[in-house]
Amino acid sequence: MYPIVETRELATDVKLFRILAPRVAKKRKAGQFVIVRIDEHGERIPLTIADSDDQGNITIIVQGVGKTTKWLNTLRTGDSLLDVVGPLGEESEIGDFGTVVVIGGGVGTAIAYPTAVAMKQAGSRVISILGARNKELLILEDELRATSDELCIMTDDGSYGEKGFVTQKLQQLIDRGEPIARVLAIGPIPMMKAVAEVTRDLGIKTIVSLNPIMVDGTGMCGGCRVLVGGKSKFACVDGPEFDAHEVDFDILIQRNSLYKTQEKKSLERFEADKCENK
Amino acid sequence: MAEPLPPKERVKIPRQGMPEQDAHQRARNFKEVNLGLEVVAAESEAQRCLSCADPKCVQGCPVGVKIRDFVELVLDGEYLKAAAKIREDNVLPAVTGRVCPQEKQCEGACIMGRRFSSLAIGNLERFVADYELQTGEVGLPERAPATGKKVAIVGSGPAGLSCAGDLALNGHDVTVFEALHEIGGVLVYGIPEFRLPKAIVRGEIENMKKMGIDFQTNVVIGKSVTIDELFQEEDFDAVFIATGAGLPQFLNIPGEHLGGVYSANEFLTRVNLMKAYDEENYDEPVYKCRDRNVAVIGGGNTAMDSVRSAMRLGAEHAYIVYRRGEEEMPARAEEVHHAKDEGVEFLNLHNPTEFIGDEQGILKAVKLIKMELGEPDESGRRRPQPIEGSEFEMPLDVAIIAVGTGANPLVQSTTPDMATNKWGYIIADENTLRTTKRGVFAGGDIVSGAATVILAMGAGRTAAKSINEYLATGEW
Ligand SMILES: Cc1cc2nc3c(=O)[nH]c(=O)nc-3n(C[C@H](O)[C@H](O)[C@H](O)COP(=O)(O)OP(=O)(O)OC[C@H]3O[C@@H](n4cnc5c(N)ncnc54)[C@H](O)[C@@H]3O)c2cc1C
Ligand SMILES: Cc1cc2nc3c(=O)[nH]c(=O)nc-3n(C[C@H](O)[C@H](O)[C@H](O)COP(=O)(O)OP(=O)(O)OC[C@H]3O[C@@H](n4cnc5c(N)ncnc54)[C@H](O)[C@@H]3O)c2cc1C
Ligand code: SF4
Ligand code: SF4
Ligand code: FES
Repeated sequence: MYPIVETRELATDVKLFRILAPRVAKKRKAGQFVIVRIDEHGERIPLTIADSDDQGNITIIVQGVGKTTKWLNTLRTGDSLLDVVGPLGEESEIGDFGTVVVIGGGVGTAIAYPTAVAMKQAGSRVISILGARNKELLILEDELRATSDELCIMTDDGSYGEKGFVTQKLQQLIDRGEPIARVLAIGPIPMMKAVAEVTRDLGIKTIVSLNPIMVDGTGMCGGCRVLVGGKSKFACVDGPEFDAHEVDFDILIQRNSLYKTQEKKSLERFEADKCENK
Repeated sequence: MAEPLPPKERVKIPRQGMPEQDAHQRARNFKEVNLGLEVVAAESEAQRCLSCADPKCVQGCPVGVKIRDFVELVLDGEYLKAAAKIREDNVLPAVTGRVCPQEKQCEGACIMGRRFSSLAIGNLERFVADYELQTGEVGLPERAPATGKKVAIVGSGPAGLSCAGDLALNGHDVTVFEALHEIGGVLVYGIPEFRLPKAIVRGEIENMKKMGIDFQTNVVIGKSVTIDELFQEEDFDAVFIATGAGLPQFLNIPGEHLGGVYSANEFLTRVNLMKAYDEENYDEPVYKCRDRNVAVIGGGNTAMDSVRSAMRLGAEHAYIVYRRGEEEMPARAEEVHHAKDEGVEFLNLHNPTEFIGDEQGILKAVKLIKMELGEPDESGRRRPQPIEGSEFEMPLDVAIIAVGTGANPLVQSTTPDMATNKWGYIIADENTLRTTKRGVFAGGDIVSGAATVILAMGAGRTAAKSINEYLATGEW
């Protein structure tokens, strides 16, 4: 059992958890993730490790999108998770690269955050672009401001920061002559795909973190396979970060929608149960 | 207790059949297929043994189970003693009795098989092991006094479990690390409930816990903690690596990324470990098989388990697509036979060349080519060759690829001073199972490549013996 020692609402449907998992906390590096299972009947889902501390706790930030994540978000301090395994995946490539643009879309911001911190610590100049549909959905603004040399906020409806997409801001940075050495883009697949198109012809190295469906997270099932540079890669052991210009995003979108019907059923059952218990 | 008969009479007794669930019924449920021998049948079967002075059967068993002796104990009605006799060489008799390829091992060597049919050794082994589990009177052997030495076992499959058991008996402090949330390796995530009930495996593991073995799930060695850290930070004196051959291989043909194309590992993990067959109570989904066409590519145990699972999930047609002939199939004979009875359709001498999808990227058909057998290859099996111009398309909703596995690299890649061969398997000395790294031993599928439960257990034993020696002498 892995006790939850703290929870905090960050935005609508987005919650931060600190969980006691000493083995993971000790080893984790930016870019790595854990797989968690809430109880005996739950599925295994991957979540990025946003932070860790010396007391053996890790931080995860969860956006409620389906049954398991919504269920997770009902848990409170004092509850616990049945399984937490990790750290899994390869760590992010960190270094003093010059100017690095970190783009976070929605809960992708949580995934980008630890890498932004590590980049800054390693000496890179960090410009962060945060994107969300509206003001209520923005997360980690203060945290990213503290670690960035410049922070830009984009909302689809203009309710906060500038109105528009993260790609527009990226284009502005390019146009104003920023010597961008590298872009890290993490968010919804269409966003990552769009960012890759902005930087492709300019030859700006662009890294994305992929979120295929995973089961074991140790390279055993092949369910997380993605097509990168024409080759099959297992995101849980070869990734989750890959060169955006080599990723076949269309296949990723297709594969991630495979269980739509079952996921919907599972969520409906969960919401129905929740009403009954009230 | 049954009276021994003269040999002439013994050979007249027919081999006792294993009672099984009706094929039609079982093809749609996940309950165990084989029901186990009744006492009377077990006695009759035991009576058939000729009690050979030089029992060939023992030589056929990879771990040398004292078959003649345990069968004699069955004849005496001493079932617990018979089980204990098996346990001297094999710590998981309830498992091996069910899953060993007996026809190639003990039973294949039994002298009776030359003129009559061989003794049903596997069924008798299962009989006494189940008896023991049912009565709850498992005679746990005595533990030696504590040695104060700590041994880490990496992986909880049959190799890791048998090594852990032996080392604990020798008085060492044993910790088993497992990456998944359940203990048992392929026994729990691979082999399905209808062939090896999880309760059997759990029962055996409970016994091991009683022996004082510490099991830590959710620890991925190489990620959560490295081999070097086990020595330096956690004070282990020796490590046994038994991580299995878990990396799924694909065919590298067009369309393998389509929805509905699975590796057997993923399909079986979803169905077995995550219990996708119980949709109402568990969340892990599996792609819909009900009323669909499902094809499994391959001819081994993994392929049979996958196709029979798909059948049980309600498939309209469940096919085996295998590039050689039935003679060459590596699966246990009984499984092939059971699959057929359950309505699985065999497309032998066929090979897929392409998976075809719809606009949404979902599998809708497979292109197959017919094969013929040519000259024997290195493995002695005749090499399959495609027959030109014989390609055709078959509608298909789910494809499961079961064409073998490779070495999982997580431990090796973070243990650079431990040598591996060109396929990534760990190199270990044949007799001692020592790797090239001091204090580290390895065995089971991660050394041999995909093999069998009993061979993995045998390796665990050998490793335990050799670890014992190392801990006693400190010499490498
Ligand atoms: C390496 C990695 C890191 C991630 N980090 C975070 C994070 O820090 N915070 C966060 O909120 N989310 C993260 N995710 C996504 C998160 O795992 C999914 O949102 C979650 O699994 C959805 O489960 P569900 O039951 O709530 O929703 P479902 O109803 O099951 O699915 C909703 C959506 O999530 C996707 N999904 C479903 N199952 C999985 C699965 N097992 N693995 C991945 N995606 C799946 C589906 O494509 C679907 O579109 C990460 C994913 C990966 C692969
Ligand atoms: C579907 C299927 C059916 C089979 N049917 C039969 C049969 O009928 N008869 C037969 O004799 N054989 C059968 N086999 C083969 C047999 O199961 C294997 O040969 C045997 O299980 C190998 O044992 P092992 O201990 O070496 O590895 P495994 O059983 O593979 O166990 C390895 C364990 O190590 C864990 N692990 C891996 N990496 C790490 C890590 N880095 N850190 C911690 N833990 C790790 C894995 O999660 C796993 O639990 C079958 C195999 C499959 C897949
Ligand atoms: S362990 Fe396997 S091969 Fe050996 S006697 Fe038992 S069933 Fe036969
Ligand atoms: S070879 Fe056959 S008949 Fe002879 S002892 Fe073994 S099981 Fe009995
Ligand atoms: S999640 Fe199974 S191989 Fe990556």
